[in-house]
Amino acid sequence: MIATLYVIRMLPFLLIRSEIKNRFFKSFLYYVPYVTLAVMTFPAIIFATDHLASGILALIVGLIVAWFSENLFITASCCCIAVLLSSLII
Amino acid sequence: MTDRRTAEKRENLEAFKRGLPHGIPIGLGYFAVAFALGITARDIGMTPVQAFVMSAGMMASAGEYAALDLLSSGAGFFEIVMTCIIVNLRYFLMGAALTQKLPSKRRWRTVFALPYCITDEIFGVSSMVEGKLNPFFTYGVDLLSVIGWSTGIVVGMTAGNILPAWAVNALSVALFGMFLSVIIPPAKKDRFIGVLIVIAMACSLVFTEAPVLSRISSGFRIIILTIVIAGIAALIRPVDGEPSDGEEVPDAS
Repeated sequence: MIATLYVIRMLPFLLIRSEIKNRFFKSFLYYVPYVTLAVMTFPAIIFATDHLASGILALIVGLIVAWFSENLFITASCCCIAVLLSSLII
Repeated sequence: MTDRRTAEKRENLEAFKRGLPHGIPIGLGYFAVAFALGITARDIGMTPVQAFVMSAGMMASAGEYAALDLLSSGAGFFEIVMTCIIVNLRYFLMGAALTQKLPSKRRWRTVFALPYCITDEIFGVSSMVEGKLNPFFTYGVDLLSVIGWSTGIVVGMTAGNILPAWAVNALSVALFGMFLSVIIPPAKKDRFIGVLIVIAMACSLVFTEAPVLSRISSGFRIIILTIVIAGIAALIRPVDGEPSDGEEVPDAS
């Protein structure tokens, strides 16, 4: 399993040794991280906790804090605190 | 020659130091996730040493969950390898995207060391670096992340009840908060990316909830949606010049 995983990760680095000139492929790779991370975040975030409401709250807090703070650690902490506080109420 | 080399070394060290603090939230988040994974690993009868080696070697959450699941159901070697490929194929796309951010002068050690550092979160942070990516930045992020991940699974196995449930519960959203802080700020500057994120999330919801589509594994869902949505986005609005240079966002037309 370790070997399989390593090969998957290493292949692109081994194969793509120069800058890609193709405009479509370049643009495609530019958009990949945004789409991938968005797909992984939602709806997983709202089902991550014990209560759906806590998850939804974490999502809303995360969106707002990320928008204004642009800071990784602050955003992650605020999401956790939101879940913590909401679990006290529920 | 030696001057150039010391300058490069200093630069690498600086990049490493810049990367380190990013590893804190990632490492904490990993610890929480690995903690839960450790409880699963214990239940199927793994030893802490096995779990540690698996985690440190694989550095994958979904991949390890899938592996544990298959091991417990007594699946064969071929099935485990195939599942491992499918669940983790997204790392191939991420790696391909990162190759375009690396400096043109490529070293062999980067080709072999950097792939190990590609996880969803570390890729997210690394791909958002402005301009070219110094691999040492990624190594810096990776250090605390690996520690958090591999100790998390061992602690989860040996002392599954040390952390109270409410703490595990709260920590479980840390990684998602991090993802949001990676993708939301660029959406402020570029409306197109914002629309793309909303569409991606909506499709993701449909894929997890719709009757037939929900049977698709999460790894495959990520691959399919990434290829289709990023592909369409590239057709609608191709990026000119140096798209990998983060800040250079083209005008939405």
